[in-house]
Amino acid sequence: MIPGKVQNFIEMLISSAYEFVESIIGPGKKAERVFPLIATMFFFVLLANLLVYLPGQAAVSLASPEGAVPLFRAVVADYGFVFMLTILAIIIVQVVAIVSAGPFNYLGRFINFRSPMKFFLGIMDLISEVAKIISLSFRLFGNVFAGEVLGAVMLFLAPFFLPLPFLFLGLLTAVVQAFVFAVLTLVFISMASEMGQEEVSA
Amino acid sequence: MEIEAVKYLAAGLAVGLGAIGPGIGQGLAASKALEAIGRNPEASGKITPLMFVGMAIAESTAIYALVITLLILFG
Repeated sequence: MIPGKVQNFIEMLISSAYEFVESIIGPGKKAERVFPLIATMFFFVLLANLLVYLPGQAAVSLASPEGAVPLFRAVVADYGFVFMLTILAIIIVQVVAIVSAGPFNYLGRFINFRSPMKFFLGIMDLISEVAKIISLSFRLFGNVFAGEVLGAVMLFLAPFFLPLPFLFLGLLTAVVQAFVFAVLTLVFISMASEMGQEEVSA
Repeated sequence: MEIEAVKYLAAGLAVGLGAIGPGIGQGLAASKALEAIGRNPEASGKITPLMFVGMAIAESTAIYALVITLLILFG
């Protein structure tokens, strides 16, 4: 059986994505385990972002007492979707950290009474873990949402031609932000998976 | 001034001032990455994704400013 053009294209996509994941987290079992999640996140967010650029779908709307409600909006411009994705990513990062460092080492990183300095650093670590949720989710949401608002403002200023460069910028953002979201998740996971080894060497 | 006017002013200032630092940082990251690619064009495939990750992390503070702005406007 000879693979067709579509299969060749998809295989090329998957294998290059796998090579990229390997280059960040290192080859072997880790890459094999984490690759499905990261690739799914990337292609999922990419598709969700790119569907906005199908011509004509923005005009499909529902009549309601408050006026026309658009049926197809940018998926990522809804914070619920991004928040769900981020919580999933952060839970996986924490689980990886607990498994690789052991539950007591993991807790000891945040709550440390050996010296005032270490106690303070532990509290800072705790804050930075919580801030990850905000920065990871709002990076994706803010970029797409701001792009939509910018497009609407430009449409009011000068219709038809002024929004075009911003639409192109939005297309760039759609690809780059999907990539950044997946890669940051990958980097967080790889940092969490190296927590156990750091304790030994330090 | 009315509270509504101050709100809009504060929102504009928050995101405008908060975007200065990340703007400088991202410009530095891009310039260094392009310099590196200019020195070693074969490494561009490795440099570009790492540049995007670095830029995304530098962007965080601008994102925080945006969160504050949205909170001021709609919160």
